[in-house]
Amino acid sequence: MLKQEFTITVYTENQIGLLNRIAIIFSRRKINIDSMNTSPSEIEGIHRFTIVINETEEVVKKLCRQIEKQVEVLKAYYNRNDEIVWQELALYKVSTDQIVEKVKVERLLRKYGARAVVIRKDYTVFETTGHREETDGLLEALEPYGVIEFVRSARVAIINASSGFHEKLKEFEQTEPGELVIENEFLDKQDEVFSM
Amino acid sequence: MQTLEVKKEITKSKQKTRKLSGSAALLEVFLAEKVETIFGYPGGAIMPIYDALYDYQQKMNHVLVRHEQGAIHAAQGYARVSGKTGIVFATSGPGATNLVTGLADAMIDSTPLVCITGQVYAHLLGTDAFQETDVINITTPVTKWNYQITDATEIPSVLAKAFYIAASGRPGPVLIDITKNAQIQEFEYEEYQPSEHIRSYRPKPIIRKKFVEEAARLINEAKKPFVIFGQGVILGAAETEFKNFIEKSGIPAAWTILGMSAIPTDHPLAVGMLGMHGNYGPNVLTNECDVLIAVGMRFDDRVTGRLDKYAKQAKVIHLDIDPAEIDKNVKSTVPVWGDCKETLPMLTQLIEKKTHEAWHQKFKDFQKQEDEKCIYPEMHPADDILSMGEVIDALNEFTKGDAILVTDVGQHQMVTCRYAKYNQSKSNITSGGLGTMGFALPAAIGAKFGAPKREVIAIAGDGGFQMTLQELGTIMQTELNVKIIILNNQFLGMVRQWQELFNDRRYSFVDIQSPDFVELAKAYRIDGQKVIYRADLKNALKEMLENDGAYLLEIMVGKENNVFPMVPQGCSVSEIRLS
Repeated sequence: MLKQEFTITVYTENQIGLLNRIAIIFSRRKINIDSMNTSPSEIEGIHRFTIVINETEEVVKKLCRQIEKQVEVLKAYYNRNDEIVWQELALYKVSTDQIVEKVKVERLLRKYGARAVVIRKDYTVFETTGHREETDGLLEALEPYGVIEFVRSARVAIINASSGFHEKLKEFEQTEPGELVIENEFLDKQDEVFSM
Repeated sequence: MQTLEVKKEITKSKQKTRKLSGSAALLEVFLAEKVETIFGYPGGAIMPIYDALYDYQQKMNHVLVRHEQGAIHAAQGYARVSGKTGIVFATSGPGATNLVTGLADAMIDSTPLVCITGQVYAHLLGTDAFQETDVINITTPVTKWNYQITDATEIPSVLAKAFYIAASGRPGPVLIDITKNAQIQEFEYEEYQPSEHIRSYRPKPIIRKKFVEEAARLINEAKKPFVIFGQGVILGAAETEFKNFIEKSGIPAAWTILGMSAIPTDHPLAVGMLGMHGNYGPNVLTNECDVLIAVGMRFDDRVTGRLDKYAKQAKVIHLDIDPAEIDKNVKSTVPVWGDCKETLPMLTQLIEKKTHEAWHQKFKDFQKQEDEKCIYPEMHPADDILSMGEVIDALNEFTKGDAILVTDVGQHQMVTCRYAKYNQSKSNITSGGLGTMGFALPAAIGAKFGAPKREVIAIAGDGGFQMTLQELGTIMQTELNVKIIILNNQFLGMVRQWQELFNDRRYSFVDIQSPDFVELAKAYRIDGQKVIYRADLKNALKEMLENDGAYLLEIMVGKENNVFPMVPQGCSVSEIRLS
């Protein structure tokens, strides 16, 4: 089986140390994490990890089972790139003088869908979001004028299917051993059952 | 840090509360969870808990060990024979790091433990304070769950979770690190509520009936079905369900090292042990069966040998409670997720009664070859020097299969598991997955506390015994009736065997010297004797077993004896060698 990019989405409790528990599942097997993002999810109190790795589907499937085995993980599933919409955000700090003199800023911003976040006498910060090629493209375009700082965020991804996470989960559950999370009677009654 | 505190919908106004310290609350939780025995060692950061324990001495038993590794192995032995959760106390820093080997052992062998470690005051965390180590991060890969408590009010709910997680589903070790301030802090302790649900945790997968039906169909159509079973049968308390299943289906059954004793070793359908030093038939016929039914086992590499030549011809039915085990090493044709206590009866109901006589005959034929080429020479050595197999065979005569045998790791372990007889479940206690030398002595101590009415015999090699021999002090102090057999071949025998077979007899650092074990035992006020001659063996075993208290028997065995059969590393199970 060929290695390819997979995006793993993990729904978890918000618990100190869980990031480490998830990270060591990869490092123990000497698998590099290309990017990792944690954020709140559509369900209150539930966190969402978005992890990008380059591996075979067989390995990714096993990794998801190991992740799901962790006590504070509700669900882990994986997608190919054609099954998701994803974005990365990038920031570019360049010298304002250089930009004003030498670049047709307007064209650049239009071409890369970027905007200026900060404009100061000494520097300007541009921001763009997109796939890797797009954020790389602006970096390349700016490089001749000297990029003082560049940073790119981890990938965040949402699945293509209109039904969203719950429906996708149901699909997974057909071949997976667990109960449906959506049917978990406690999930929506957080306040009655748990106090954080 | 946010903790989940289970708030049951109980009329709160009527609830009684009382002011307790975190330490006292911890012990109240233990009483509610019916904890009987704690294995531990005090130190600075856990002193408030030990101070509270002073008032609870009449209500629970604390066993003072000689090293924290001894405590955790003892708790493992206790858990494995009793089916209850083993409890460990250790202090911060070195106390906690000394638990790591035992945690890893319990993790890989699915043993339920709750370990409590003391920690420095919360305000000192991260300051490199005296005896501060990052215990949570050190133990994360080797615990099913761990948690640090910095506020006493968390103690009841976190401990409830700890007990629930340790024992439910696929069991495992849980470590709770409690800072000293939380041990001292007083709070209003409400009535204890055990945990029965954690929303992100599903201990048992849902059983899918269509897979059970599919499995039954495969079994009914099979001409040469073969059952292999592991500790899941014992952990799931499914011994009866398993017996019913094989007896109705008439399928030959072989055990993994940890599955051993789940059915009596002389059961007519039992064909022996799988794996590297397992029996001849089960290994060879793994590659001949048409349907392989794996129950509560995880296809460890010591069982499968070379994976790409493992049971390729067979359809595989895998029953396991842990979904991550399905397809991990061996791809299953039919995955039967679930607790085998529930899935086995469903399967039994759907299968036809059969006997598979011709197929059984094949196992018998292989057994005959093994008897002639392997077992006979082991039991009848050409010289005057005892073999390990002879000792275990003689021991069987006395125990009649009723004793708990706790083995260490190495040749003596393999020989014991090859030749020991068992009538009861939870009798074969050994470090399987991790292969921890030094396990036997402390685990036997714990086993005796867990099953005080049963005979407990630790069997160790001269090497492994020296790794934890300080626990003789624990036996002395607790006046525990544990028997110890050291099978002394004056070598690190298993490594030596490999060096002989695969490294051209280059014996690199396997020649180990030992103290006079009998004199050593005497220093701990433990009786014992040394056996050199065959003529003395049975009398010595008898004397040991009839002795009122602990007894150490050092038995000199052949220096360069090898354990056979053997599946050499990198070979298929059907390439097993008889000599």
